[in-house]
Amino acid sequence: MSRAALLVLADGRFPAGGHAHSGGAEAAVKAGRITGAGSLADFCRGRLHTAGLVSGAVAAAAVLGVDPLELDRATDARTPSPALRVAARKLGRQLMRAGRATWPSAELDALARQFPKGAHQPVVLGLVARAAGLGAEDAAYCAAYESVSGAASAVVRLLSLDPFDATGVLARLAPELDRVADRAVEAARAVVGDGVNALPAASAPLLEIGAEAHAAWAVRLFAS
Amino acid sequence: MHLDHDHHGPAAVSADSHRPDGTRRALRIGLGGPVGSGKTATVAALCRILRDELSLAVVTNDIYTREDAEFLLREAVLPPERITAVETGACPHTAIRDDISANLEAVEDLEDEIGPLDLILVESGGDNLTATFSKGLVDAQIFVIDVAGGDDIPRKGGPGVTTADLLVVNKTDLAPYVGSDLGRMAADAKAQRAELPVVFQSLRTEAGVCEVAGWVRGRLAAWTA
Ligand SMILES: Nc1nc2c(ncn2[C@@H]2O[C@H](COP(=O)(O)OP(=O)(O)OP(=O)(O)O)[C@@H](O)[C@H]2O)c(=O)[nH]1
Ligand SMILES: [Mg+2]
Repeated sequence: MSRAALLVLADGRFPAGGHAHSGGAEAAVKAGRITGAGSLADFCRGRLHTAGLVSGAVAAAAVLGVDPLELDRATDARTPSPALRVAARKLGRQLMRAGRATWPSAELDALARQFPKGAHQPVVLGLVARAAGLGAEDAAYCAAYESVSGAASAVVRLLSLDPFDATGVLARLAPELDRVADRAVEAARAVVGDGVNALPAASAPLLEIGAEAHAAWAVRLFAS
Repeated sequence: MHLDHDHHGPAAVSADSHRPDGTRRALRIGLGGPVGSGKTATVAALCRILRDELSLAVVTNDIYTREDAEFLLREAVLPPERITAVETGACPHTAIRDDISANLEAVEDLEDEIGPLDLILVESGGDNLTATFSKGLVDAQIFVIDVAGGDDIPRKGGPGVTTADLLVVNKTDLAPYVGSDLGRMAADAKAQRAELPVVFQSLRTEAGVCEVAGWVRGRLAAWTA
């Protein structure tokens, strides 16, 4: 397998359902917390160091062979909002389908059997990365990047933000993304020895609260 | 493709024509077309005419509301458990063509929860003339335009008009009021589509959706043959 598989997996066009989700950006736009490129950068930085770090560590741990069931439970415990748990499982299920079609593997088939309605997306992401022949660091990068890229492209649609500005936000976050991916892999290695309690539990209360409010809106562009 | 016919195997990953337990899955027909052309009205009429002879279900893809699903529920064209709405993230053509996973899940869940189905209608949110369904999601597609959107739409062509398995020109009752030339629309459609079928219909008249229902029955016969 090749490193370039990471480009396939991390591509925003990888057909795993991400396009219908805003990573909390729609709620933040409505609440006036994202109004342009500057506040988008702040929002993405917050996501990267909380949701991004946790997802990265979970995905990396899955690549390292940690039991998916335990990882799924630990991720549940790190996701207080029921709406976000539903969204994460939906995305996990969609990624499972795309991953099985793209990199068929007995391990992914077993995961689909174990979680017919979907496991948390980062758990699936780790196993898909593994099926693609990728390593823990690749999975951590992919999860950390996804934690910000979806929000940035959603804000382009929500605010008609200049797409060059949104892409610039992601580019300037790159050095921080490196550090988050490193920390995620480090945590994942600790999980192999010490169990899932070694996973980070960074959380952003406003993302959780915003997700609950958003799920109750009658009219919205994004599913989460 | 990755077929898994083991009874307890995981769900299929793609457009496999069989379900994990080896039975044939439902025929899936997509309905796309511009905003307001009459897709939901056509789905509702098809449900009313076919529900006594077939086991059917509907998936709607709204852009930012659940209005289509709610309309079908309010009209009680099918029991509520047979109608599912998919959220499309502001981009209906993505959900029916480029990233079909949410729609595949919806059709599979319907079959799992209601039991064997003969037919699932998948309605796209109103979109532009290039929006077509992926072959990984549907077995056939109907493109619905109307006479009020301008009688030059068949001439303009585009993937929907040109390649759909059936082109429906709806609201013919309005033609005199909007000055649309049905003869010209028919000639342009013929030029774009060669032998592919075109139906002119008005859901405000007695005949209504009958011709489209006949076409659906034909597809179903071919599917189960
Ligand atoms: N006069 C006339 N009106 C029709 C006909 N078919 C549908 N309509 C009306 O056209 C309007 C739009 O119909 P819908 O079925 O909601 O259209 P749609 O294509 O589902 O619209 P979107 O899902 O919003 O893109 C409604 O008010 C219908 O009652 C017809 O044959 N004649
Ligand atoms: Mg409609």
